[in-house]
Amino acid sequence: MTDSKPSDTESAELETFRAETRAWLEANCPPEMRKPATSDADVFWGGRNAKFSSEPQRIWFERMRDKGWTVPDWPREYGGGGLSAAEHKVLRAEMAKMGARPPLSSFGIWMLGPALLKYGNDAQKKEHLPKIAAGEIRWCQGYSEPNAGSDLASLQTRAESDGDDFVITGSKIWTSYANYADWIFCLVRTDPTAKKHDGISFILFDMTSKGVTTKPILLISGYSPFCETFFDGVRVPKSHVVGTINRGWDVAKYLLQHERAMISGMGERGVGRPLGQIAADSVGTDGQGKLDDAMLRGKIATFDVDEAALAACAERAVDLAKAGQAHPAFSSAMKYYGTELNKRRYEILMSAGGVDVLEWESERSRQGARPRAWLRTKANSIEGGTSEVMLGIVAKRILDLPGA
Amino acid sequence: MALVLTEEQSMLRDSARGLISDKAPVSHLRSLRDSKDPTGFSKELWHSFAEMGFAGLLVPEEFGGSGLGFMEAGIVMEEIGRTLMPSPFLATSVVAASALNRGGNAAQKSEYLPKISNGSLLATLAIDEGAKHRPLQTNLQAVRAGNGFKLSGAKALVVDGHVADLLIVAARTAGAAGEREGLTLFLVNPAAKGVAIERTIMVDAHNAARIEFANVEVNADSVLGEVDQGAALLDGVLDIGRGTVAAEMVGLSDEVFNRTVEYLKSRKQFGKLIGEFQALQHRAAELYVDIEITRAATMKALQALDADVAKAASSVAVAKARAGTTATRAVQEGVQMHGGMGMTDQFDIGFFMKRARVCEELFGDANYHTEQLARARGY
Repeated sequence: MTDSKPSDTESAELETFRAETRAWLEANCPPEMRKPATSDADVFWGGRNAKFSSEPQRIWFERMRDKGWTVPDWPREYGGGGLSAAEHKVLRAEMAKMGARPPLSSFGIWMLGPALLKYGNDAQKKEHLPKIAAGEIRWCQGYSEPNAGSDLASLQTRAESDGDDFVITGSKIWTSYANYADWIFCLVRTDPTAKKHDGISFILFDMTSKGVTTKPILLISGYSPFCETFFDGVRVPKSHVVGTINRGWDVAKYLLQHERAMISGMGERGVGRPLGQIAADSVGTDGQGKLDDAMLRGKIATFDVDEAALAACAERAVDLAKAGQAHPAFSSAMKYYGTELNKRRYEILMSAGGVDVLEWESERSRQGARPRAWLRTKANSIEGGTSEVMLGIVAKRILDLPGA
Repeated sequence: MALVLTEEQSMLRDSARGLISDKAPVSHLRSLRDSKDPTGFSKELWHSFAEMGFAGLLVPEEFGGSGLGFMEAGIVMEEIGRTLMPSPFLATSVVAASALNRGGNAAQKSEYLPKISNGSLLATLAIDEGAKHRPLQTNLQAVRAGNGFKLSGAKALVVDGHVADLLIVAARTAGAAGEREGLTLFLVNPAAKGVAIERTIMVDAHNAARIEFANVEVNADSVLGEVDQGAALLDGVLDIGRGTVAAEMVGLSDEVFNRTVEYLKSRKQFGKLIGEFQALQHRAAELYVDIEITRAATMKALQALDADVAKAASSVAVAKARAGTTATRAVQEGVQMHGGMGMTDQFDIGFFMKRARVCEELFGDANYHTEQLARARGY
C-alpha cells in the first residue's frame, strides 16, 4: 500500500459513511425531490424574499441545512458539513444515484463561498458564510460591464475613496438574478492610474443600498435571468473589500475557476432519462427497438460516449485537485467542453422532439419548457468566459504557446 | 478509487518509460521496418521486458508473473504508444495471458502461463475474419472428429501470428454466424498440419498475419473454456484488449500532440512563431481537451476492468470509441501542423498516423463501440 491509497481502516470508515449516508437520504429525501428539476420553480435559491414552491422542497432544504449538507465540505463553524473530499464524493454519488436534487442553489455556494474561504478575513467569513449555508442571503455577481465582456479586466465601474468608505458609480451587465439578490460581490476600479489588472478591488455590498437599481434583460428564451445593474454613488465601507485593495483580480480569477467548474457541470450528467429513450418517444423505433432515425441515433450515441468520457474527466479533475496535481487552468478546459456538450444535448433534444417541441405557450408544452431551455443553453459557451476565451487560456497557460 | 496514479503505478510508469524511450525510440521501429526484420520486434528487448516482470505482468504470482492489474497493463501500453515500440506485450502478455488465465483449466494454466512470464512463449488470439471486427460473426468451423475437433477457415489481423508459439483460435462449434451460442476457443499449435501462416506486411510496420486452417486436428484438451459457451470468455478477453489498446492510443495521441506543440513553438513563418497564430492555438487547445477527456475515460475503463471484467463493457466501449476518434484527430492535426515536413518519411509523425489507423481497427473501431453503447442503453 502506498500513501495515496486509502488504508483498509479508511476504506472501511468510508464504507460505513456510505451506508449511513444512503440510509439517511432514503429516510429524509421526499420522493418529490428525487426527480430532476424541470422548471425554475423547482430550484430553491434562498434569500430574504425566498418562497418555497412546495412543502417537500421546504422539508428537504431544512433537513439538509440542519445537517450542514447545503455546503457539505465547508467547515462546521460556518454552517457546513465538515466532510472530507472523499466523504463529499460519496455524498454526491449517493445523491446522484437517488436522483436527489440539490436542496439549495446559490452563487454564494458555488462562487463567493470558495473565494471567501480563501481570501476573506475572519469577520467576513463569520458574517457571510453561515448565511450562505442557511440560504438566508442570496448573492449576485457584478463582473461584466457593457464594455468589459471577454476583456473583463478593462472594467470601468469606479470606486472613489471617501474617508472609511468607497463611493461606487458605474454599471454592470449580465448580472444573474440581480433583481432577486440581497447582496452583490462586485469588481470595481479603485486605482484608475494603475495597469488594468492592478487597479481592481473585490467588494461586497447590500443591494438595498441607496443608489442601486436593476433592470431585467429579456432574452431569446423569453425569460430574464440577467439584469443591467446601475450604481449611482453607492456608499460602501472599505471593510467590505475582500483581500487587498487593488488586488481584486486575484480573487476574481480564483472565483472564475469555480464559476467555470459550476457551468461545465450544468449538463446534469447522468440525471433523468437517457436521450435515446426520450427520442424514442417521438421518432419511434424499428422492429429491433432501434430509433427510427439512423442519423439521429448515431448522433445520440456519439453524444453518450462523449458525455460519459467527460464525466470521467470531471471525476479525475476532482481527484487530481485532491492529490495536488491539478493545473489551475484546467477548469477552463472543462468549461469549454462541458458547455459545448450541453449545447449539443439540446440540439439533439430539439431535433428528436421535432414539431412537438416548437410550442412556446401552452400547458401541454409546460410553457415551452424545452425550446426555452434549448435557447438558454446558447449562453453557456458565452457566460463565465466564452469558448474562445477558454481555448485561449488553455493555449497560453497550459500549453505555453507564445504570444498573448 | 481515485482516477490518479498511485505512487507504485507512477514508479511502474517511470521504469517502463525509461526502458522504452532508451531502447526503443521511434527509430527502433524504423530500423526494423527498413531492414525487413523477419521477427518484427527485438528479442533482446523482449527478454528485458520479461526480466523486469512486464511479460508476466497480468499473470498471477503462482505462475511466475507479477500479478498486477489492467491499470498497470494500460500504463505499460501507454508508454509503448509513445514510441510505437513493436512488442509481443499486447498479443502475448495482455490478450493471450488473460484468455489463458480466465478460461484455462489447471493444466493449461500451469503449462503456458509460466512460459509467458519468463518470456519464452509467444501467444496470440486469432479472432477477426472479415474486414471489420465482428466477433459474433465468427465462422471458422470446428467440427467434432473422434476425440477432438477439426478446424477449417481463415483468420486475419492475427497480431504476431507469424512468430507465435501458440494460437488461441475463436471457432464456431454450433449455431450460425452472428449468434452468441456456439462459439468455442481452441489452443492450436501453429506447426500443426493444415495451418498456413502468411505474414502480412502492414502499413504500421507492426506484426500481423493471415492464417488459414484446413482440417486442422486438435484434441479435446485443447478447448479453452467451455465448448459452445466461449462468447462470455471472449467478451472479457476482448474488452481487456480494447481497454489496453485504448491506453496505447492515449500514449500515441499524447506523444504526437507534444511533438506538434513543440513544433508550433519553434517553426517561424511570416516573421512569427506559428504557435502565435490564434487559428492554430485554438485547434491545439481543442486537441488537448480531447486527449485529457479520453485519458480519463480510459483510466475509468481500466479501473472498471480491474473491479469486474464482466461489468466493464460500457466503460470500455466509451474508452475505445473515444480513443479512436481522439487518436485520429491527433495524428491528422499532427501531420497538418507540421506542414510539408509531416508528409515526409524522414519525419516520425507519419509513423504515428499509420499506427493509429491500425489501433483503430484492432478490437473494433469507434463506430463499432459507439454502436455497442447505443445497444446497451436500449435505443
